[in-house]
Amino acid sequence: MTSTQLFITVALLACAGFFLGKKRAAIMRDSSGSHSSPGIRPHSTPVYYGFWVSLWAVIPALLVFVCEFVLKRFGHVPFSFRAGVAWEAVAVTSGIVCVIIAWLRLRPETRARNHIETGMNFLFMACATIAIFTTLGIVLSVIFESIRFFKVIPVQEFLFGLKWSPQVAIRPDQVGSTGAFGSVPVLAGTFLISFIAMAVAAPLGLMSAIYLSEYAGSRLRAWAKPCLEILAGIPTVVYGFFAALVVAPQVKAAGEILGLQVSSESALAAGLVMGIMIIPLVSSLSDDVISAVPQAMRDGSYALGATKAETIKNVVIPAALPGIVGGLLLAVSRAVGETMIVVMAAGLSANLTMNPLKAVTTVTVQIVTLLTGDQEFDSPKTLAAFALGLLLFILTLLMNIIALKIVRKYREQYE
Amino acid sequence: MNSTRITEKNTSELVRKGLKRRYRAERRFRFMGIAALCISVLFLVILFGSIISKGYSAFFQWKVRLNVFVDPARMDVDNLASADYAGAVKAALRREFPEIRKRREKRLLYRIVSIGASYQLRDMVMRDSSIIGSTVSFWAPLDDDVDIYLKGAYGKGSGRLKPLQVRIIEKFRQEGRIKKVFNTTFFTAGDSRDPELAGIRGAVTGSFYTLLVTLLLSFPIGVAAAVYLEEFARPGRWSDIIEVNINNLAAVPSIIFGLLGLAIFLNLFGLPRSSTLVGGLVLTLMTLPTIIIASRAALKSVPPSIREAALGVGASRMQTVFHHVLPLALPGMLTGTIIGMAQALGETAPLPMIGMVAFVADIPHGMTDPSAVLPVQIYLWADSPERAFVEKTSGAIMVLLAFLMAMNGTAVYLRKKFERKW
Repeated sequence: MTSTQLFITVALLACAGFFLGKKRAAIMRDSSGSHSSPGIRPHSTPVYYGFWVSLWAVIPALLVFVCEFVLKRFGHVPFSFRAGVAWEAVAVTSGIVCVIIAWLRLRPETRARNHIETGMNFLFMACATIAIFTTLGIVLSVIFESIRFFKVIPVQEFLFGLKWSPQVAIRPDQVGSTGAFGSVPVLAGTFLISFIAMAVAAPLGLMSAIYLSEYAGSRLRAWAKPCLEILAGIPTVVYGFFAALVVAPQVKAAGEILGLQVSSESALAAGLVMGIMIIPLVSSLSDDVISAVPQAMRDGSYALGATKAETIKNVVIPAALPGIVGGLLLAVSRAVGETMIVVMAAGLSANLTMNPLKAVTTVTVQIVTLLTGDQEFDSPKTLAAFALGLLLFILTLLMNIIALKIVRKYREQYE
Repeated sequence: MNSTRITEKNTSELVRKGLKRRYRAERRFRFMGIAALCISVLFLVILFGSIISKGYSAFFQWKVRLNVFVDPARMDVDNLASADYAGAVKAALRREFPEIRKRREKRLLYRIVSIGASYQLRDMVMRDSSIIGSTVSFWAPLDDDVDIYLKGAYGKGSGRLKPLQVRIIEKFRQEGRIKKVFNTTFFTAGDSRDPELAGIRGAVTGSFYTLLVTLLLSFPIGVAAAVYLEEFARPGRWSDIIEVNINNLAAVPSIIFGLLGLAIFLNLFGLPRSSTLVGGLVLTLMTLPTIIIASRAALKSVPPSIREAALGVGASRMQTVFHHVLPLALPGMLTGTIIGMAQALGETAPLPMIGMVAFVADIPHGMTDPSAVLPVQIYLWADSPERAFVEKTSGAIMVLLAFLMAMNGTAVYLRKKFERKW
């Protein structure tokens, strides 16, 4: 019996339970009023009794499934259950037995609706806690492999080492590739590209936001805002293609005209395109905070004879500054964690350089290259990806928490 | 008295003097704003322009009419699937150009027609074995280099083609035996190493299954979580923790979710690598915050009076939510879900980690089959060295963007249609 068949069987059983329970409750309800058999009127409507009975088909199957999974994955399966059929048989039989018992024990006093609602409440709560489990899963999965990595490579070497070349020798006598896991050049590359991206996105995004919220009429806003939203909705793989095939050759050609040596995987091309990607994020976040500045502050400035530009520069922007900074920080965190653009347009070799025309590599690029292809979870090469992941997670988390705090604190001031 | 009048005069004088400069600054500032906006929009135009100009030709394909003698000597009636169809096609080409005798030149000749021609011949023979022994005439795909030469991508040059090949092609052209047709292969075939035979059907099917898993999991879970947080959870530490978690998850880099998928779903649970099931699970975790946040906003917009009225006539809290609040909040939730699905459709970064970058030529038939998805296919093709894959990549991007626009358009339409002011 495959899992699909089991699923269908349990679903059919649940359906049968539903109709049996509903029918029985309906009979109880119909007979309760009549003189011939003066019973008690059921507590809930028949539908709830139906659900109640069908629940007893699902619960045992679910329990058996969880037990089977845990045992198979983490323990030794008892000998009598070795055969694949046994588990499904247990699930279905216990389901049938439970349904019959529930059906027989159905009484008018059974508070079916309350049971169902309590169950639903728990289910809803479980769904809400998935967010916590996801975070926990991320932290644990990254930390466990990182600890294994740090057993081989010391933490200080990872954090402060100036050389990154994760190719570990396959044979012990192999020359040259000993593997070096210093994350500094990788981080430097990440921040170089993020810096270029912010140098593009911050002025363009901020000025667009200022123009849209302070100058533009409603018609221009209605037309320009969706345009920026489209820019935000384009998948990053498309930006990556654009960076690698359109922007990078142009940057290289432009550099050659100026007599500069430009790598075909230059940080400049990747950073430029990443900046374009981030413009809508910066502009929408700054637009929000600029619009939140009370009109009275602007009116006060106009009353003193300031022009619009002066009002914006001296009153609106300073008032909105914390929110803008928070928004920019969110954008940086986005740039640091961006993957596809750099995977497709940035380089693989870790150069410790501040020259935007050279090829650099980033944390995300290294994670992708280390984890695609053969993975050996006992070699530091594969585990290094998780250590980088931990670094990336901590970095972005810190930036996000600070940014969200600033934005929220600022919002409360004017509300 | 007198002195103040003088300063007043001086002040207004000063202001008037500075006015020109200040208005200039005002205009400059204004110009900077509109320039920033224009540059942003210009980027959008360049992006779309370059992709469309590179990609529209992917939807067309040049074909050549071949007259192939289905030689009974080459056909083993018992084993038609593995007969020598390539040999038959080569023989047909040799017959057309008897003057070509050198081995090297012959090889150039064979390279004009795609290997797809022999597959096509095989399918024809398998369908109707009575054509064995006769000459069949059919339109066969040309090799990718020939295809892009004919599309004019090389300009006046001949690219990687040798002069002999160009002569052969021009002869075909004069005889009217090549034509440009709509490229159905692009939509009906799976991935292939040969650009002229590669299509997006496998990737689109994979995306469909992945999104199906994502939708089936993230919509109910997201709505349930939102309902719990908005309607049932008591404000306190517990719900605060959940809320902070959701907000942070929304900003975690997507590649981290790939690490989670690798460590938990593949290594711990032992689910199949490269499968759409695991891809869907990872994307579910990624889209959940989006859906929860949108659903909560939709629930918040339902006025409390509705709930109070329902509770007032004796409904339980669960009945209030299910009978009255949810139906009113559903359009907003659906909008959020569609936007979340659009994000999931375009997401690439976490998928290489769970093995979804493998070359898969077959079209997946279930959720446990290895598969690519559309953005991953784009990434793979963009990495391929063959020049013809550039137009395929752009074509696939156009298809992806069309899907995304349709989804977002539906979301906007739904929002407009069901928007309700209380």
